[in-house]
Amino acid sequence: MTLHALTIHEAAARLQSGEITATELTQSVLDRIFTLDNAIKAYLALTPELALEQAARADRARSDARRAGAEAALSPLLGIPLAIKDVITVEGVPCTAGSRILEGYIPPYDSTVSARLARAGAVLLGKTNTDEFAMGSSTENSAYFTTRNPWDLSRVPGGSSGGSAAAVAADMCLAALGSDTGGSVRQPASLCGVVGLKPTYGRVSRYGLIAYASSLDQIGPFAKDVTDAALLLSAIAGHDPLDSTSVDVPAPHYAAALAQTGAGSRPLAGLRVGVPREYFVAGIEPDVEQAVRAAIAKLVDLGAEAREISLPHTELALPVYYLIAPAEASANLARFDGIRYGLSVDAASLWDTYRQTRGQGFGAEVKRRVMLGAYALSAGYYDAYYLKAQQVRTLIKADFDAALRDVDVIACPTSPVTAFKIGERAADPLSMYLADIFTLSLNLAGICGLSVPCGFDRQGLPVGLQLIAGAFEEERLLSAAYAYEQATDWHTRKPDLELTLED
Amino acid sequence: MPLSLAEVEHVAELARLSLSEEEKTLFREQLSAILDYAAVIQQVDTSTIPPTATVLPLRNVMRDDVARPSMPPEDVLANAPDARDGFFAVRQILQSQSKP
Repeated sequence: MTLHALTIHEAAARLQSGEITATELTQSVLDRIFTLDNAIKAYLALTPELALEQAARADRARSDARRAGAEAALSPLLGIPLAIKDVITVEGVPCTAGSRILEGYIPPYDSTVSARLARAGAVLLGKTNTDEFAMGSSTENSAYFTTRNPWDLSRVPGGSSGGSAAAVAADMCLAALGSDTGGSVRQPASLCGVVGLKPTYGRVSRYGLIAYASSLDQIGPFAKDVTDAALLLSAIAGHDPLDSTSVDVPAPHYAAALAQTGAGSRPLAGLRVGVPREYFVAGIEPDVEQAVRAAIAKLVDLGAEAREISLPHTELALPVYYLIAPAEASANLARFDGIRYGLSVDAASLWDTYRQTRGQGFGAEVKRRVMLGAYALSAGYYDAYYLKAQQVRTLIKADFDAALRDVDVIACPTSPVTAFKIGERAADPLSMYLADIFTLSLNLAGICGLSVPCGFDRQGLPVGLQLIAGAFEEERLLSAAYAYEQATDWHTRKPDLELTLED
Repeated sequence: MPLSLAEVEHVAELARLSLSEEEKTLFREQLSAILDYAAVIQQVDTSTIPPTATVLPLRNVMRDDVARPSMPPEDVLANAPDARDGFFAVRQILQSQSKP
């Protein structure tokens, strides 16, 4: 097996046994990127020198620890090459958020998550493509280029963290970080056939995440399997005094918890799985419904008990999200004014500098959302739009609270459709918004969710099963997904990229 | 209810966005469609429902009032389009009546 195809836990075992070095592993992944990324375009920026330097440092740290007999204390991420979505800062590495307005911006500080990964000894390969300021579901809103889905290069990888999802699916990193405001980790994970996790709001520090919608944003891992997602989550989760919304709840050792998932033929015995009837409605592709229903049947085979539940306010989640998220975005993006960093258009007055910098620096979707948000917050409309949306949000959260009193996890599709063609939805913002219809309600409720591969449609495109659990119940999600993954082989399927490149 | 062109221009000013005539026409159409779609929430009776202020169990997070080192000014200003004497430089916003 080529090294770039390894998972984190497989690579960590070989690094530990001395079979491979972090430098060999990193070089293998860099070679893979140099071969494939011209076609896939997952990365906005690569950091190969930094990566090889960090890999060499990891190799030294490992041999030092070995000599001192302290290898057991090493992080499983030591020497593991990872990618980070370009909305998360790494000190000294350019960060664009997929926008022209931040072209050339070099962050003077590390995000907490990148500092934690660096402390664990992980290797940074580069920054991955994203819809501008994470606003989109396809990466088509990136100001730089559209990332292609490794399963079919004429299709989108999903978004907004499409670069991270495509990089993991194409073995151009072992795992990656993304951010999820309305589905931006789970939806691209589903469309690219990888595991994606949105932690509970407050589970992972957002310090150094370029803010889109602050009451919804959360950083989460992309991985080739559930164990890797657990390893990465353990590395980034936990309280951070630099983010006052990060909650001081101890972060368990998620991967170790997986080992305790029941063995035998019924590892999910006792697990109550809710199947929300409102998530199997018109608009869902028949192949997606079939794959997800089969996955739920598999959970039952594994011992779980499935029952139909109702989340009665489901259809209101999309309109509520598209009032609250733009309102918060309009406030967050006010900081891009051409004065402190980024693009600056010199104009006759300060006011015109603001207007023209933002007019030229922001793309169409960002302008749409900033205007929508400014409208929803403006005098005369605040009560009817923003306040009303926050009231309906309370009802959506109450739906989940009630449902999760009777069931342990909720199972449903991650996305109603598999990967769509580039350009297919780009002209109509509303049709693009529908891509997140099954994911954004979780952000509104602040709870956690995960997408795990559960099959393919008749065109060979991946389908994702979304599992949902209550606040700070990531262990429950991960163990259910782990048991499912152990019983299926979807996660081992890879896109045939050699064939694609020859075309 | 479609937005008027004047409303689009007003919102663009609130958002400090210069827009071309084509953008104004396009956004008027698209924002009107999105607001129409969002109008469905008006039908929900929320008279007794409090708005969500936060999904977190946290209230009033404070840190200890202890002085800590700050980022060096040169790092803070490193990305500035224009900086002078340790400050961000901007266009003059007040016209002086007479030179001092």
